[in-house]
Amino acid sequence: MSAAIGNTILSLPDQATAQIPKRNYINNEHGLLSWLLTGDHKRIAILYLISITFFFFIGGAFAGLIRLELLTPQPDLVAADTYNKFFTMHGIIMIFLFLVPSVPATLGNFLIPIMLGAKDLAFPKINLLSWYLYMIGGTLTLAALVLGGVDTGWTFTTPLSTHYLNTHVITAATAIFIAGFSSIFTGLNFIVTIHRMRCPGMTWFRMPLFVWAHYAASLLMVLGTPVLAIALVLVALERLFGIGVFDPTKGGDPLLFQHLFWFYSHPAVYIMILPGMGVISEVISTFSRKRVFGYTAVAFSSVAIALFGFFVWEHHMFIMGVSNYSALVFSLLTMLVAVPSAIKIFNWAFTLQKGSITFETPMLYAFGFMGLFTIGGLTGVFLGSLGMDIHLTETYFIVAHFHFVMVGGMLMAFLAGVHFWWPKMTGRMYPESLSKLAAVTTFIGFNLTFLPQFILGYLGMPRRYHAYPPEFQVLNVLSTAGATVLGIGYMLPMLYLAWSLKYGAIAGDNPWQATGLEWQIQSPPLTENFLETPIMDHEAYDYEWLTNKTKKEVTTVG
Amino acid sequence: MAHEAIHTDANDPQNVTNPEHAQHHIVTPLQYTYVFATLLFFTGVTVAAAYVDLKWANPVIALAIACFKAVIVILFFMHVAYQSRLIKMTIGAGFFLFLVLVTMTMTDYISRSWGLW
Amino acid sequence: MDSTLATPHPHETVLHAEHEHVVLPQHRHHFETEEQQREAGSFGMWLFLLTEIMFFGGMFFAYLLYRNWYYPAFAVASNQLSVPLGAVNTAVLISSGFCMAIGVWAAEVRKRGVLVVMLILTTFFGLIFLGVKADEYHEKYELHHIPGSSFSTSMFVNPAAYGIKEEPLSPDMAQKTQIFFFLYFAMTGMHALHMIIGIVLLFWLTWRAHRGDFSAGYVAPIENFGLYWHFVDIVWLFLFPLLYLINRHPLH
Repeated sequence: MSAAIGNTILSLPDQATAQIPKRNYINNEHGLLSWLLTGDHKRIAILYLISITFFFFIGGAFAGLIRLELLTPQPDLVAADTYNKFFTMHGIIMIFLFLVPSVPATLGNFLIPIMLGAKDLAFPKINLLSWYLYMIGGTLTLAALVLGGVDTGWTFTTPLSTHYLNTHVITAATAIFIAGFSSIFTGLNFIVTIHRMRCPGMTWFRMPLFVWAHYAASLLMVLGTPVLAIALVLVALERLFGIGVFDPTKGGDPLLFQHLFWFYSHPAVYIMILPGMGVISEVISTFSRKRVFGYTAVAFSSVAIALFGFFVWEHHMFIMGVSNYSALVFSLLTMLVAVPSAIKIFNWAFTLQKGSITFETPMLYAFGFMGLFTIGGLTGVFLGSLGMDIHLTETYFIVAHFHFVMVGGMLMAFLAGVHFWWPKMTGRMYPESLSKLAAVTTFIGFNLTFLPQFILGYLGMPRRYHAYPPEFQVLNVLSTAGATVLGIGYMLPMLYLAWSLKYGAIAGDNPWQATGLEWQIQSPPLTENFLETPIMDHEAYDYEWLTNKTKKEVTTVG
Repeated sequence: MAHEAIHTDANDPQNVTNPEHAQHHIVTPLQYTYVFATLLFFTGVTVAAAYVDLKWANPVIALAIACFKAVIVILFFMHVAYQSRLIKMTIGAGFFLFLVLVTMTMTDYISRSWGLW
Repeated sequence: MDSTLATPHPHETVLHAEHEHVVLPQHRHHFETEEQQREAGSFGMWLFLLTEIMFFGGMFFAYLLYRNWYYPAFAVASNQLSVPLGAVNTAVLISSGFCMAIGVWAAEVRKRGVLVVMLILTTFFGLIFLGVKADEYHEKYELHHIPGSSFSTSMFVNPAAYGIKEEPLSPDMAQKTQIFFFLYFAMTGMHALHMIIGIVLLFWLTWRAHRGDFSAGYVAPIENFGLYWHFVDIVWLFLFPLLYLINRHPLH
């Protein structure tokens, strides 16, 4: 049964006799209402998965339109203000409705209680409320879009957003305000669950690194998001009543908005990337059959990223007119964040060293993550250096930088996680060779899209313009071609994952021979996760423990 | 009387508020009254102090009194004096981060005009 | 295959015997014990208050910044607020918080009557606070001190004409009083909004307390609401000196 077929650790039960467990969280109750009113963290995770996929493809469609416009130097597809609305909607949807909730609200929601040996998150109703808030926020965003769009950019920079634009700024700000509370409630739920709901024996340093990463990200959600909320409230009040708090003619300081905005929005990039890093730790360990090298260092580096993340926000404002001396301090502090990020990358690399590496789809995505995140992170160091920043900021260099971190990093991690836990969530395997093709397509498409943008930015092509000088066309055509490939790379998983729901091979409890608690229960899990409260008696990623356990099972059965 | 009988019954398993069951400290009304009186007293002090010209010390005193009042509300009305270290650290984290917001942003505002003479 | 991770704890049976009690109706299935549920609830509430600190924190920072930039405007504008009303309101809010604290005690020692009375008193003082606040807002409306198109600085440019003993402000600085009044309305308004939400919750809690929900050992909602209510008090404890008492000895 456990004999390896080719170079893989995948071990599926005999398909002739295997069955999906008769009782599981999916068929426990029937009807739409049983989903819409559920308290089960696994069902809420599925609701989230469906809704964020929906918004991802809307945001992706805008990316496609942007790239299509930039195919030629002339503004021939859309007018300038329409183009502004495109990139604004792309940014708002991708950041607030996709990246921030992507891994935490789907995989985190599904897995954290199981990984901790709990029956559910601490507050199931608040968890459901968080999904509804997300949907209200999403609906309002779509309303802003349908009513005529917003063109402030996702940053709502004052005084542009308060004085110069006549689009649906308030609708969009309300949407983000509400979606922000959805994120706060998710984070709050995770923190309480991690502190209070661990099963006996589950000490802090036995928790999977996935949980540590979510703990750090949750701290950021809880502490950062309210500052964004108040900043957006002030923008709305300024627009509605002209109160002058960000209006220089009345004595206000427009930069105050940016301070408050980036106080959240810089930590927000760690909200987006940290859960992805958690996924990568799990995947790398499983597919190299080794405990994550330097477990404690990786765990603490997550918390360190969360902490340092609050001390660097001003590097988004270096050219905005902040004090040079202050910029110096923030530039220095920015370098600090590179340290824990590098610790993670190095530790993953050392985990691979002398491991029995196999190349299943999640691992391919994880490799993609490691390479692309490293490039994204290092270019971040360029941008954090004051002199370089003046040259590079507000060009395509910065666009390429954060897409390397967010798309190359987080989206790769998200897809790695979805593939890795797909058999656990649905009980069925995805088609392996097709998914490998998708992973490779995504990687190639991604690099083709965004590597040219580094060059474009270095040559001085500014971001957020719908037209550009003809000499930039070759690189832009390459980028658009890459975006097409990338689009195919994202459509593929959507199609074959849907296909696998009905036709995929039965996965069994532990197809990857992984050590996590979630792999020791049936797939898909029971509504209550565990028949009896588990007792954690070994470290995380203890493959010897797993081997012994499997051996014992074989002898008792035989 | 019946109420008395129930709440003093330490063996009553349903009594989650009994100290032996949950280490749940009940602050007495007398303690609350002391805190209440202190709060009212310092409200008076803060108003009185505002009418005296103490130059730079005026806002310092006002803020110090406000902080003191906030601390005793947190410690006694909100039971934090008897709570776990986790809760204490949580609150500390909140105020710490507020101070980070203030001081780090102030680095910009304080030094913005330096070097422009 | 069986999905347990390890054999059940050897002491489990013993523990079960000890805890052989009827599960309370409020006990949720996913918590192992009621204590775990209660601790999770209060920790969750504290985390929520943490987000509230940061929410108000943004406005407090804006206040700090503009007060330092436009101190003369802030001092003069602040003196247009009524200290007696502010001080009385502070006392009223402290009393409300005190009643809430006694209410929590009453729930903990299972005195239903006291609890209901205390919740009603808490609501009562809360409503008085809001009433006084509404009166203060109304006065500001009549004086055209509400920021926006109808805002008037004449009182600060020419205080003598209004019988106010203050240094007159230059027209430019007088404009900045608008920022003070905006922050005043934003901060006290956000505070009042929190109180209104609290009072709505109080009505609901009073009804449930009257029904006897919180006098049988289940006190978490009362305790957690108490935390919220005291937090709202604390915000006011800072707002009062910061907004009302900037410089109460002008022309000295």
